[in-house]
Amino acid sequence: MSLLELHAVDKIFGGLHAVRGVSFQVERGTIFGLIGPNGAGKTTLFNVITGVYTPEHGKISFRGENIAGLKPAAIAARGVARTFQNIRIFRAMTVAENVMVAGHHLHKSSIAAAMLRTAGYERDEHALRKRAHELLEVLGLADLSAEVAGSLPYGSQRRLEIARGLMLSPELLLLDEPAAGMNSQEALTLNEQIRFLRDQLKLTVILVEHNMAVVMSVCERIHVVDHGETIAEGSPAAIKTDPRVLAAYLGEEVPETAGVA
Amino acid sequence: MKRTLIRAAVGAASLLAIYALQLGVEAGFTEYVQRIVLLAGINVILAVGLNLINGTTGQFSIGHAGFMAVGAYAAAFLGVKLAGPVHAALGPGPLADAVIFNLALLAGALLAGISGLIVGLPSLRLRGDYLAVVTLGFGEIIRILFNNATFLGSATGYFGDDPSGLPTYTNFFWVFAWATAIVLLIHNLTFSQTGRSLTAIREDEIAAEAMATPTTRLKVIAFALSAATAGIAGGLFAHMQAGVRPEDFRFEKSIDMIVMIIVGGLGSISGAILGGIFVAVSLELMRDLQQYRLVLYALLLVVIMIVRPQGLLGSRELYQVFRKRKSARRAEGA
Repeated sequence: MSLLELHAVDKIFGGLHAVRGVSFQVERGTIFGLIGPNGAGKTTLFNVITGVYTPEHGKISFRGENIAGLKPAAIAARGVARTFQNIRIFRAMTVAENVMVAGHHLHKSSIAAAMLRTAGYERDEHALRKRAHELLEVLGLADLSAEVAGSLPYGSQRRLEIARGLMLSPELLLLDEPAAGMNSQEALTLNEQIRFLRDQLKLTVILVEHNMAVVMSVCERIHVVDHGETIAEGSPAAIKTDPRVLAAYLGEEVPETAGVA
Repeated sequence: MKRTLIRAAVGAASLLAIYALQLGVEAGFTEYVQRIVLLAGINVILAVGLNLINGTTGQFSIGHAGFMAVGAYAAAFLGVKLAGPVHAALGPGPLADAVIFNLALLAGALLAGISGLIVGLPSLRLRGDYLAVVTLGFGEIIRILFNNATFLGSATGYFGDDPSGLPTYTNFFWVFAWATAIVLLIHNLTFSQTGRSLTAIREDEIAAEAMATPTTRLKVIAFALSAATAGIAGGLFAHMQAGVRPEDFRFEKSIDMIVMIIVGGLGSISGAILGGIFVAVSLELMRDLQQYRLVLYALLLVVIMIVRPQGLLGSRELYQVFRKRKSARRAEGA
């Protein structure tokens, strides 16, 4: 059984068929790329998987359970973490607090216990802080843990989003354009970090990314969508030479006979 | 175990200190000044409670006078009705008074909290201005209900069964003991995992949901807690005068509360405390200008929005401001 399976998923906004009959399977432990031109429906697919949108048709199963139609918080609690294309960190909170927010499941104590600062509460809080610090270290943000998140540079904010997602102890991590706004050096480090997450933390990663250097080097399998429909799936080498993918990105070669004489 | 003992000792010492302060205030100030001090303490409770929902969680409620009214009426009514049975059990005296008063306050808080739950459950799905309008409406509905409740004296208000009015249980000790406890509890809540989640909801609700935060549940809980604190304040307010009247809980009262937390800085507990005191004192200074008060407040809000939109303290706490100054000075010295 694959970790995540999409089966003939449709998402329609009014007259716009944003996702049409998309199916794919993501095996445990893979780094899976989801690419396509602007407006192809990649982020919509992320939003459908994470419950921001409910698909009109189709099934989404995570660990064999159908999660289509569940609320985002319920899907996140089942072990699906994500980052956002347009960075959604909690800007006024510190870096460490940002990560700790996602540690709800580690905090078993009640609100009354928090108000009275019981010993049990302090223990939970300590464990949470420690875990947050470990994750910040993985992403190279440990030194910044007391900084206000909104004051971080762009690349660090993106890594903070990843650290925050990891706090959910997820099995599946969805990264929406993590390399956007990063320079080539930062993108290289990101590559290593994504591999580290898969190898050391045993995560499965789905990556939406426009930076093809990142996609081709880090992904093991790539799924290509255009206008909401699947046009290809395969290894990076196969995708690079697939005529339909080239057509989608570069435009079709116009046959000479079709031209106006 | 040791922790509990230390806490009990600190608690007892604080209560003693508050009692000593009461003796000082009663000996040193006129009744007029004492009344302002009590109102300031009640305002602190109101402001710190409202700040939890408006400041920390970022859900704008402008109907909190309604919850204050629920607490005030409940505490006034029970303060009168509990006197018989409690006196029968304990005999009259300061102990019986304390029991009656605090039971009445807790019941008021509970009822206000339940009203908060009833109002919050349907309306907290709304955001921003929509939520503000709905809470405003609910606040008015509650007031109008009391205006028409004949067993609570309708529009004249509830004055108890005695011709001299309600028993005056409220004094410096109880106001500041409750204020201290509430500030402490809300402070602990704000700086806990729940508080972080509430702040995350304010900062970005979509991201908070994606991080498995039960946003609706937390918003409703914060709203109910906030309503319950307004209920305590209402109970303390009721028992410092002869009776409670619906007109004490008009829309203007909600606006006073908003002014308290905006002056102090939305999201800051110390700011709410300062704002509560500020409004108590300034209301007294503006006593002769009764009908122009709202105009002056509106003007004040406009000036604050222009000069210092984040309020006196922003979303920081007083001790954070000082800590920052100190570390800045140390950095300069180095």
